[in-house]
Amino acid sequence: MAVIVRIPTPLQRLTQGKEEIEGRPGSIMDLINDLDGKYPGIGERISEGGKIRRFVNVYVNEEDIRFLKAEETEVKDGDVVSIIPAIAGGI
Amino acid sequence: MQSSGPLVLRLKKADLEAVIKHSRAEFPKEACGLLSGKFITENSALTAVVEKVYMMRNVEGSTVSYFMEPKEQFMAMKEMRVEGMELVGIYHSHPGVPAYPSQKDVSLAFYPDAAYLIVSLMAQAVDFRAFQIIDAEIRGIEIQIIGDRGRGGDA
Repeated sequence: MAVIVRIPTPLQRLTQGKEEIEGRPGSIMDLINDLDGKYPGIGERISEGGKIRRFVNVYVNEEDIRFLKAEETEVKDGDVVSIIPAIAGGI
Repeated sequence: MQSSGPLVLRLKKADLEAVIKHSRAEFPKEACGLLSGKFITENSALTAVVEKVYMMRNVEGSTVSYFMEPKEQFMAMKEMRVEGMELVGIYHSHPGVPAYPSQKDVSLAFYPDAAYLIVSLMAQAVDFRAFQIIDAEIRGIEIQIIGDRGRGGDA
């Protein structure tokens, strides 16, 4: 068992087309740093300076990490982490 | 999912009307939503076939910008996955400017596979256009509107 990480379509070119990858338990930032080691470039697309980018939403199971402990949110084996680029725009 | 040719956006007349109705209801604020469906290849053209419209909440409640409510977006995308559907399109309205992606629309276009449908309400007659935005490049794409009684006509 591991943490299951759901990758959005636009980032799947960094994961060899994989929609789901396995991640390491720990904090969200530990998980992202670990993923970046396996799939170089993905960390920078999701975070900047140790913070999740404003236009990226991260969910643990069905909860937005902003309502948990943000980047410090701990994930364990069996948790599903979903990375979802925001949908936004304007003039 | 990216193809070399231009994407085609195909949606039912009733779905297009729902998008326009939503845009008008939110006026003068920007409306936004998702289009769920399937990508199919027909006559060598990749076609985004819309099956369902998700009207979403614009948390910015602004006349010049939108930010889709993240939890609603998450739940809608989850439902699409469960139903075996894909996010084939994203729509939003431009209450006071033409139906063309703004600079911010382009810089925040994180879904290169999707068709971006923009409804402009600036003139008396509603205008709607669709685009694909890949690596900050805007491509106008064809919209096929399917009548209630099948393909093609303005039924």
